[in-house]
Amino acid sequence: MSTNDHFERGYQAFKEQIDAPIAAYLSSCVHCGMCADACLFFTETNDPKYTPIYKLEPLRKVWEQEYTLWGRLKAFFRISKKLTDHELAEWQELIYDSCSLCGRCSLVCPVGNDLVYMIRKTREGMVAAGHAPIGLIGASKRAVTTGGPMGVRLPALKAQIKRIESNIGLKIPIDQLGAQYMVLLSSMEIINFPEYIEALAKIMQQADKTWTISSEAFEATNSGIQIGSSDIARQLVSRIVNAAKKLQVKTVISPECGHAYTAIRWEGPNLMGSRFSFEVQHILEVLEEFYQQGLLKIEGFEQARLTFHDPCQLVRRGGVIQQPDNLLKRVANNFVEMEDSGQMNWCCGGGGGVGAIEETEELRIKVFKRKKDQLDAVKVDQLVTACANCRIMLEEGLEAYQMEMPVIGLTEMVAEHLQSTESL
Amino acid sequence: MNSIELLSWIRGPGFIIATAIFGFGISLRLLEIVLLSRKPDYSPPRGSRLKGSLHTLFSRFTVEKTTFRRSAFIIVTGYLFHLGFFTVLLLAVPHIIFFQEILGFGWPGLPTTLIDVITIISLLAMIALLVYRLKNPVLRFLSTFEDYLVWTATFLPLLTGYMAYHHSFFSYPLMFGLHLLSVEILLIILPFTKLMHSFTFILARWYQGSNAGHKGINV
Repeated sequence: MSTNDHFERGYQAFKEQIDAPIAAYLSSCVHCGMCADACLFFTETNDPKYTPIYKLEPLRKVWEQEYTLWGRLKAFFRISKKLTDHELAEWQELIYDSCSLCGRCSLVCPVGNDLVYMIRKTREGMVAAGHAPIGLIGASKRAVTTGGPMGVRLPALKAQIKRIESNIGLKIPIDQLGAQYMVLLSSMEIINFPEYIEALAKIMQQADKTWTISSEAFEATNSGIQIGSSDIARQLVSRIVNAAKKLQVKTVISPECGHAYTAIRWEGPNLMGSRFSFEVQHILEVLEEFYQQGLLKIEGFEQARLTFHDPCQLVRRGGVIQQPDNLLKRVANNFVEMEDSGQMNWCCGGGGGVGAIEETEELRIKVFKRKKDQLDAVKVDQLVTACANCRIMLEEGLEAYQMEMPVIGLTEMVAEHLQSTESL
Repeated sequence: MNSIELLSWIRGPGFIIATAIFGFGISLRLLEIVLLSRKPDYSPPRGSRLKGSLHTLFSRFTVEKTTFRRSAFIIVTGYLFHLGFFTVLLLAVPHIIFFQEILGFGWPGLPTTLIDVITIISLLAMIALLVYRLKNPVLRFLSTFEDYLVWTATFLPLLTGYMAYHHSFFSYPLMFGLHLLSVEILLIILPFTKLMHSFTFILARWYQGSNAGHKGINV
């Protein structure tokens, strides 16, 4: 396909993405610059090009020139310039490399613009136009062909599961028909943080719930969401939907991963075009529910002075706000909140696909300074979070700034405080 | 054409043209937005869309601590301008008399001295904002011709109104005529510029609030 055809396809995709909310948002921007003050890519670099609303210029052009009479007249009389393929190439680094879809900008805009909603939709146009980062294209291709973005296939998972089973002395059920819960995992967890799976097994055992992993759909991460391709996103979600239906599970659990929750909980049914026949919950929602039902018996408190990094997609954009707070307070009595905790917390810098784009490493480490400053202020010995990608990004950032601080997952921490069977 | 003839035209045909373009423009722009509609959402709601919309409609009038610290200038000066502008527009007696002729009812106004002070504060706030827009790296980078055009179109009614009321500079008919003309220009360009935010901010806050409410989040 020639560049021109690609561009035309992209232009059409931009047009299709524009809905009433986007038109309202773009009509309302008054160029106040507050979104820049909320974006860590701007605050840590002072480069105005990272201003969130500026990242949306391609979308704004299409909206103005296609969906407003005034805009069409301006374009016709050459008062405004039409979008070009060159511009899209230029904007790639603004829409992908320097936006983690964290959504802080959307929270501060005085006229109420949801900028990250618009970035997500702009990416659909970028993909169709052929202007997505190689790192994400690779991840998407691997996800479609092998099941996951890192190419983790069933044999690798099974090998990891064998190790886990011998570690904890519990069976990890695979393809169990009629289980109450079907558990999804992120490749990051399978490879780097298998402690999560161990924790899950222990918790499920204590709560006396039946659960399973599907051999046909165990991957939670959705590269389609990150790159901005609804087609790919739909393909990946449909595997989960089919597996859940096949195994006749009641609930699908999304693991400690940010965008995976967004993908399956909020975008999933819309990608499939209909409501799911099963429920979707984040693991933290499940844990909190178990606790409220008296199924989770915990004891003891963490000794370390610790704080919580709120994963953007889970807390700010996902609505799972109270649960991490409740769970953490039950196992840690030396828990201090960072300034700007909860909904207003700052991004780890690696979400939204940024972490998968190799060229962003320098920028990512630079903007990690925001998180470093937050941590320096609370002087903690340990950092807790609930997203495997955040975890990796935090570890990388801490290392780059030579900060000694273990990062631990919340589910893992809760599992460490499960009352042992002897004391029950 | 002398000042009186000019003033007559401005108050007559000029006013009709301006309000017609304003009325047509606003309707057109609002329709252009809502007719695009929203796709249905099949994901199970955690909260209420209506409650979310109502929450966001008002929440954006206030600013949380860190955001305020980082954007203090634009917030404070922006509020001084907006509050000043609307106070003068709605509570200056000459304006109330004008509205009374249209609506059939009026309301009490503020003493002239107070209106004067508020007008000056608003003008100074606007000048401060202009300087900020020219000097602040982000705003200088973002700003287009439209931002400066809109600033001018908003500044002139405040300035000319003050001058007309105080019979300054030009003859009263001319100064008054210029004031009305500046308002008519503002009305004409409003629907076709970012000034539309004065209406569409309601939609923007509503839509974002709706999506957030669906997820059970207060934004």
